[in-house]
Amino acid sequence: MSFLEVLYFIIPSAIFYAAPLIMTAIGGVFTERSGVVNIGLEGIMIVGAASSIIFNLTFADQFGDATPWIGLIVAMLFGILLSAILAVAAVSLRADQTVSGVALNMLGLAGAVFTVKMIYDKGQTDSITERFSRFDIPLLSDIPVIGKMFFVDVYATSILAVAVAIIAWFIITKTPFGLRLRAVGEHPMAADTMGVNVTKMRYMAVLISGALGGIGGAIYAQAIAGNFGASTISGQGFMAIAAMIFGKWHPIGALGAALFFGFAQALSVVGSSIPYIKDVPDVFLHILPYVLTILALAGFIGKANAPKASGVPYIKGKR
Amino acid sequence: MNKRLINILVPLISIVLGLIIGAIVMAASGFNPIDGYAALWNGIFMDSYTLGETVRQITPYVFSGLAVAFAFRTGLFNIGVEGQLIMGWLAAAYVGQAFELPAIIHLPLALIAAAVAGALWAFIPGLLKAKLQVHEVIVTIMLNYTALHVANALIDVISGGGERTEKIHATASLRSEFFQSITDYSRLHWGFVLALIAVMVMWFILEKTTRGYELKAVGFNKHASQYAGMNVSKNIILAMVISGAFAGLGGAMEALGTFENMTKLHASTGIGFDGIAVALLGANQPFGVLLGAILFGSLKYGGLNMPSEAGVPTEIVSIVIALIIFFVASGYVIRLALERLSKRKEVK
Repeated sequence: MSFLEVLYFIIPSAIFYAAPLIMTAIGGVFTERSGVVNIGLEGIMIVGAASSIIFNLTFADQFGDATPWIGLIVAMLFGILLSAILAVAAVSLRADQTVSGVALNMLGLAGAVFTVKMIYDKGQTDSITERFSRFDIPLLSDIPVIGKMFFVDVYATSILAVAVAIIAWFIITKTPFGLRLRAVGEHPMAADTMGVNVTKMRYMAVLISGALGGIGGAIYAQAIAGNFGASTISGQGFMAIAAMIFGKWHPIGALGAALFFGFAQALSVVGSSIPYIKDVPDVFLHILPYVLTILALAGFIGKANAPKASGVPYIKGKR
Repeated sequence: MNKRLINILVPLISIVLGLIIGAIVMAASGFNPIDGYAALWNGIFMDSYTLGETVRQITPYVFSGLAVAFAFRTGLFNIGVEGQLIMGWLAAAYVGQAFELPAIIHLPLALIAAAVAGALWAFIPGLLKAKLQVHEVIVTIMLNYTALHVANALIDVISGGGERTEKIHATASLRSEFFQSITDYSRLHWGFVLALIAVMVMWFILEKTTRGYELKAVGFNKHASQYAGMNVSKNIILAMVISGAFAGLGGAMEALGTFENMTKLHASTGIGFDGIAVALLGANQPFGVLLGAILFGSLKYGGLNMPSEAGVPTEIVSIVIALIIFFVASGYVIRLALERLSKRKEVK
């Protein structure tokens, strides 16, 4: 296998593994920019994955090719539902955001496995038959070298993820909504004084993160895993949060960081069929995404980048 | 109503609310909640065997709860207890089977190995937090997954390609024939005595030593502590290391008491994550942690009886625990309601 062939092999799978991370990381950008830390994205991804798989298994006969796409919408709704719990606890009830996020993860995992056991009488579902399919992008795929790397055998979900990142960038930096969102995350009291409804903005941001996290989980389940079990989502939600931090709370930065982590994940999965890398003991490939996340956090981020009010409940009248 | 009473009432009300919603979930899924909770009760108290096993289950929860609580009290959120516990488990299992020593040296050595392994695993996020201001939450979570894979690979090496390490020598074991005889051969072991000692140790460190005072001060206000002449980074690292040592000892309970070996893990043990719930319910106080561990350890072990006796998936217990955390974390509302209630009474 030549170096170019390795690239042809690894880059598409990196993008493939990055798509769920991009979605979820963008969700993380929205909540953190509004001042709410959402550690619960892992649990939201789990619920998104489970609900999309259950939907897919149940309705594949009726909807055919469209099933995974409708599965995405179902997962989005469940993601919103779960994140609403966090919104109520963290925004209205002033609960510690990290603690309620951790509780959300427990609830998401336990709830999803409980439901799967209820329906299928076992902890793991069967594999779905209707998966996201791949296609070549016309014209672009004919470009030499680059075409084969980026535009052959593309998943539509990957394009969706990149599009969402760009739309998120536009919304956060170019619209009044985005300006208010950032104001609420940096200095909620100033925003409140100027007539911005802090509670409402934070609720919307948390619900958006729930929607995107749910979709992220559904993409992972329906494009990569193909079924659902307790360990289907193993840290992808946390990795997305790390990608968001690594990307300095900026949608395009998060996109780039998520691609990087997707690459690490891809390497840990397909590495065994690449020369040189296949001689490395498995364990190093397995821990690679996690270790790279830690190194990325330790090595590349400055300190003063987080939205100022992130993690702090806003209490009216309190200085 | 005085503050002390409210502080006790908030967790109690949270537990009740959690159980009620758990019952609603069971009813909505077509189960009889009374059967479900009866199965849970029987799973905890049915006979001397189950009781012995329940205490056995509570033991590591005390340690994981203390680990999370200790970090919380010093201003750190250690979600990495899971990974530190796995490393402690592995270290104790290795020392237990690799050396042949008299019990008086072997058992303490295995315990120390576990504590050191957990402490070292916690040293990494402590160092990164102290020196590079990297937030400990993400790092500790990533180290949990790393610990899982590393431990499995090391078990492979230790056992020469097997699925589990060899059984530890009797000289390193915490099990006792006496406990087995009174609990109908349950796996109850001496660990619960160590857990009680650990509770005292944490209380002593935090409340009675200068070092403990410094650790708490740094947690409250880094800048003030630095101004007062305390070494902030040293205290952050030390807090993480002590927390990790508690977690490692929790792993030793599994290695030297419950299983007497270590099998490759396919997923997290859950003990570390439940430690967060234990610490939160116990308001991060050592004796509160003990009570929290008794509750959640019992629920977790009793929950295993639910599928066979009532057909309810055991995950319902995790759902209830997650709900209890939500309610305790949102204690502000319960507090508010209680205060309103007591004021109304005073007016009358």
